[in-house]
This record gives sequence, C-alpha cells and structure tokens, in this order.
Amino acid sequence: MKNSVIVVGAGGAGLVAALSAHERGAKVTVITKEYPTRSQTCMAQGGINAALGNAGEDSVEAHIQNTLKSAHGMAKESAVEFLCQSAPEVLAWLDGIGVPFSRTKDGKIAQRKLGGASAARACYAQDYTGLKILHTLYDRCVAVGIEFLNERYLLDLLTHSDANKTYVSGVLVLNKRSGEAEVHEAQSVILATGGYSRVFHNHSTNSVASSGDGVAAAFRAGAVLSDLEFIQFHPTAMKNSSILISESARGAGGYLLNSKGERFTNELAPRDEVARAIHKEMLKGESVFLDIRHLGKEFIEHELPQEAKLAKLYEGVDPIRELIPIKPSAHYTMGGILVDADAQTNIAGLFAVGECANQRVHGANRLGGNSLLEVVVFGKKAGESAVRHIKESLPLVSALSKKEFWEAKIKEIKNYTNEINFYQAHQELGEIFYKNVGILREENSMQEAVAKVKEMRSTLSKMGVSDKAKEYNTNLTEFLEFANMLELGELILLCAIERKESRGAHFRADAPQSEARFEANSLIGRDMAVRYEN
Amino acid sequence: MKISIKRKDGFVSYEAEGRTLLEALNRLKANVDATLAYSSGCRSSVCGSCAVRVNGKEVLACAHQLQNGDVVEPLHNVPILRDLVVSMDKAYAMNAKAKAYQSSFVKEVVLSVEDEQRNALQSDCILCGSCYSTCPVYAVNEEFLGPFALTRVLRYVSDKREQNPKEKIETIQANGVWDCTLCNACTLVCPQGISSKADIEKLRARSAMLGYTDPSFANFGGGFGFDGSPQF
Repeated sequence: MKNSVIVVGAGGAGLVAALSAHERGAKVTVITKEYPTRSQTCMAQGGINAALGNAGEDSVEAHIQNTLKSAHGMAKESAVEFLCQSAPEVLAWLDGIGVPFSRTKDGKIAQRKLGGASAARACYAQDYTGLKILHTLYDRCVAVGIEFLNERYLLDLLTHSDANKTYVSGVLVLNKRSGEAEVHEAQSVILATGGYSRVFHNHSTNSVASSGDGVAAAFRAGAVLSDLEFIQFHPTAMKNSSILISESARGAGGYLLNSKGERFTNELAPRDEVARAIHKEMLKGESVFLDIRHLGKEFIEHELPQEAKLAKLYEGVDPIRELIPIKPSAHYTMGGILVDADAQTNIAGLFAVGECANQRVHGANRLGGNSLLEVVVFGKKAGESAVRHIKESLPLVSALSKKEFWEAKIKEIKNYTNEINFYQAHQELGEIFYKNVGILREENSMQEAVAKVKEMRSTLSKMGVSDKAKEYNTNLTEFLEFANMLELGELILLCAIERKESRGAHFRADAPQSEARFEANSLIGRDMAVRYEN
Repeated sequence: MKISIKRKDGFVSYEAEGRTLLEALNRLKANVDATLAYSSGCRSSVCGSCAVRVNGKEVLACAHQLQNGDVVEPLHNVPILRDLVVSMDKAYAMNAKAKAYQSSFVKEVVLSVEDEQRNALQSDCILCGSCYSTCPVYAVNEEFLGPFALTRVLRYVSDKREQNPKEKIETIQANGVWDCTLCNACTLVCPQGISSKADIEKLRARSAMLGYTDPSFANFGGGFGFDGSPQF
C-alpha cells in the first residue's frame, strides 16, 4: 500500500516506531503474533537509564563511559553517544505521555543504581518499569488510532531485487486464527520482533515468544546479522523457574551468598562478571542465593513488590524472611540484525529496532537499564527512517511467490512423519546450549553442539506436527518457532566458535584473554562465513 | 493429578503434573496432546496472556498452583477461538471506546510522590481480561465498557498530566460507570489486586461532582425536587 509502514512486533520498540512513523504522516500497521502489551518489554523491571541526576550527581558523559566500558570495545561510539545524549529528552517524552514513574520527594523522576553504573541512573516505576512504559505506549497508540493486526505469525519478508540491491516489499504472515497465509505489502517494514534467548529453552528468563522469528526471517531475506555470540546471562534468575529477580534487588543492597552464607563477589559488577562468579561457585558444588532480608519488610513491599510476589509464587520463599535460590539464565541477546545509525538494514526499506537489531550500543555486555532506553531512542529513529524511505523510494513491486511457497511448505510440514517430538528436541537444544554455549564456552563442546544442531535440522522432517488443524494451530506455530531457533542456533555457534577469545558475555575457557584482532563486530550473512568489522 | 479441560466437544480429563497450571499445560502439549490450544507468554504473571477459568474462577495459568480435580475453561464474555484461547479484540477495543489514554502530550508537569501513588495500583493492570470475564453486566449489556477499561480511565483522570478529565468523565456515562452493579466480582479475580469496583465508585463520585447522575435513578421517578424531597 502507498505511504504505508508495517511494524512487526508490538513491544516497546515496535510501538515507539509506530508512533514515530504515524506522527510523520505514514499509515502504520502493527502486526504481532500475540497482542500488544504481551511482549517481552513488560518483563523489564529495573529501569530506563538517563543521566538526569535526580538522585545524586550524574552526567551524560558518565553514562557514555559506563556503557562503553561494559561493551568491551565492541560498541560503536557514535551510537552510544546518541543513545546517552538522547536519554534525558526521551525520558521527558515518556513522562509527557503519562508513564507513571516513581518520584523523588522533590517531585522528580526517581532513579536507582544498577550494575556497572557510576550513578543512580535508572528511572523506574516501582519494579514494573517495562510494564508501565509498554502499557502507556499502547494507550498512546490507541489515542492516535494506530491499526493493530493481532495474532499474525511472521513467516517471511517479501523482497525483490534489481542488479544492485534488494528491496523489501512487505511481509508474509500466518493468520493464527484462520490458518491462512496473508500478504501485507508496504514500502517500509520495521522489524521489532525481539531477541532469541528461548534457544536456551527453560534456561532463559524470557517470554516463550522470544524465538528470534524476525532475526531468522531477515537472515533468510539476505540481511546481515551481527554479534550473535554475545548472549547475556542474567545473574539472578530463580533456580527452578528461571524467572527473573531484577537487578534492582542488588542495586538496593541485596547480597549474593553461597551455601556457607558467604558473599563471594561484588554484586554490582557488570552482569557478565557476576554471572561468571556465580557459575564458578556452582561448579564448586555450591548453591547460590540472593539475600534481601536485611533491606526490611517495608522497603521490599514498597520498592520490590513484584520480586517478593514472584519469589513466593514460583520459588515458594518469602524474601522478607528467606534466601532466594538463584542461577544465571539467558536473558538478552546483544546481537541481531545489523543496522546503521538510522536503523536501516542492508535491505532497502527494511529497518530493525530493539533486541532483534544490533545497533551496536551494548557491545559484548549490555548494561541494565539501557535496553528500555534503546527501544525508545532507536524506535523513534526507525519510524523516521521508514517514513523517509517511503518518500524516496520507487513504487512497490509485488513479490507474491513466497505465499505459494509457504502454503506448500505448511502442507508439507503437516505431512512430516512426526517420529521425533520437537518439544523434547527443543528442551534438549536448551540443555546443550546452556551447558556448552552458556557462561563458559570452549571449542570442543561447541563443536559437539554444532553437530547436534545440524542433526536436528536435518531431522526436522521427522518431527513436524501432530495437530493437522487449520485454525489456531499452536503446534504448527511452535514448530516454526523451533525451526527458527535451530536456524539461529547454528549461526550463534559459528560466530561463537570463530571468536577465539574472551570478551564480555562471550567467555572462552580455552581462550580466556581478549585479543586485539577480535575487537570488532562479527558479521554473518547467507554465505555462512563469519567476518569482522569495526 | 487429574484435571479436566474444556475443549471443543466438552470436558476432557488428563493426568497432569506441574507446580503451576501453565507447567501442566506445557507438559500435556509437549507429551500427551499437541492439539491442545492455550496462550502463554512471560510465565511470571506480568504479560496477561494466560488467563483462564479454574473451578469457576479466573486465574493466570502461570500463577495457579495445580490442584487435583481442577476444572479448566476459557474466559467468559469473549469468543472462544480454540480450546482455552479466546479473542480479546472486542474486549481490548473497550479501551479506545472509553478513551482510556491521556488526551495529549504535556510538558513539564511536576508530580509528587502522592500524585504518583494515586494511580500506581491502577497502572499495574496487565490486561489479562480476568475482570472482563467475570463481570455479570455483559449478560445484559454487551456494550458495557467494563472493569479494566474503566480502571484505566481512572488511572488517567487521576493523573495531573491529564488536561481534559471532563471529556473522559463524559465518555464513561453511557455504558460506563452507571451500568456497573458494584458486585465486586472483578476485585476478587484481579491477579494484580486492583479493584475496578472501587475505581468505578471513584469515577461515579467524579461524575457526580461534574453534575452527572445515575440515569437509572433519574428514570426511577422525577429525581429530587428543588427542596430535596423526592418526587414520584
């Protein structure tokens, strides 16, 4: 459709991009496989960083320096500068659309300290920061009348090419309700589909929807992916459920204890360091606990109500009186679709933002509070860029052959033999990834994982679905998600094996030092060869 | 444990295990019957995807501790798409009808701790639809704006940043605050501890301050005379 922008994904990044494109006069359609407000963004608890200095001295410069330091030479300085400089303005905007941030006594937005930050920089709304930002953005979208197409699963991007370039021309989605493949055409498509931490199955803090559908679809369409090997493990997921206990619990003074009741690390070091310290204790056979008892009942009830509730519900412990058993779990994928400063991918008209993109602001290790910031800062950018592209671009060329391809493919999947249960295969994939591609990695165990992933990919036709229904077949969509995760799993491994050094979240037991030659972003495209670029 | 799940052709019994209902559903789907349809997301009570009815009461599947004999059904007052999956389209559209948003962008309004706490609870809503499902008003009025949309309106009208609270109050007069029976069913099922009933009462008080009255009360007779005595 003329003058139209399609946004895939209705989390924070997608909604900000939609608002931004709408404001600039485009007809915006947001397509989501769930409903808006159900996305991963609602799980962000800790806060959104901005050097406002509302709780002690701070500066944009310090925010930049902290972010760069945590990125271990892997961030793009100009992108980080833009991120941190835009932060105060972005907070004023969120405040202006009605986000109910917690307040200081003098009526300013309250801020707290998260790991790796030199100041109390994370603006928060109790421990529901992501939830309240996401819902307020949704309400804003409702106010301006943005169109939502719910429950559509992204199958592929529609593209066409001329001699020099590939262009996007829309998306192909599976309407989960009708079971029909639908074409939605647009000159600009913004992917805001989130990360791929569910490769780790239950060893992830993420929503079950974080299966990297957008990243995989972009890859198939010819987009370059980058830094896939950098996967952040959150130090404090609860032991049984992998449900997150926010960093704000440590920010407020929570301790990490081993089974002897000893502290063993600086709790407020960056997440990669803390996760490794916990992992080491666990390798020694220790259990590790988060202790917030000393913060007191009143503080916990007022500032960390969600954590208290989650600990009771999912771990059966009352953190006011008891220790919370924890383990590190896959939490955030720093890598993703490579984009430039305008959120543009290497495919004309295709933009990416949020966790599915690699804007190169997090580098080898993301700081808490920077991802909510990223989705707003670069969501605005993506919306602007998408509208600019419409104005500059040629008329849309239809690319409908993909629809027939997928209709045939879905039919084929329904005829797969289903001898192997893919749910069990996914669980197995998660175990292998957690063990071999997790906090400590080394060549041999990663090669084993590659072999396993390849084997699984080659036996997909022995998996498939037992549900043959057309309408609302979640067995089918979950199978497609699993196939995406396998596709990405192989790419993650290729990048992780090739990077023979340790840096941030990527820690190689067989190459524990950082090496200057690897101080660069890894890139991988359809030729499956890993390249590096500064 | 034995649980029973309402599916297309009636209730089906399953042998289930898990700490929570969602864990049990996941195990059933993965190992026993892949055709079972339900929604889930965050697994941690914040995305609002997995609300269902268990033993006649709305719960989040991820927060419900599995009990022997649990009877599981989809939400009420919303169309069933398949098994436990319902369409929330019409329910969510109530937010737009109720104008449950801040009217316009504002600059530099200073809020105190008290201001913030005034609607902290209302803004905890996760849009799971539990309140909508349990609300008896839908049996008689399908156009009722409903508990979560009205709670959302209270969130915005009680915020100093809202520049046009009058318009919001006007919007919720028809199919809104006066249609509620104050039965409190919504309060009892909210996983976030929000009381839409109490919020609706607050909205009624605000409506009254702006001169609006309960239309059913007005229809009852002629309302009150100038001297305050009821006229019949």
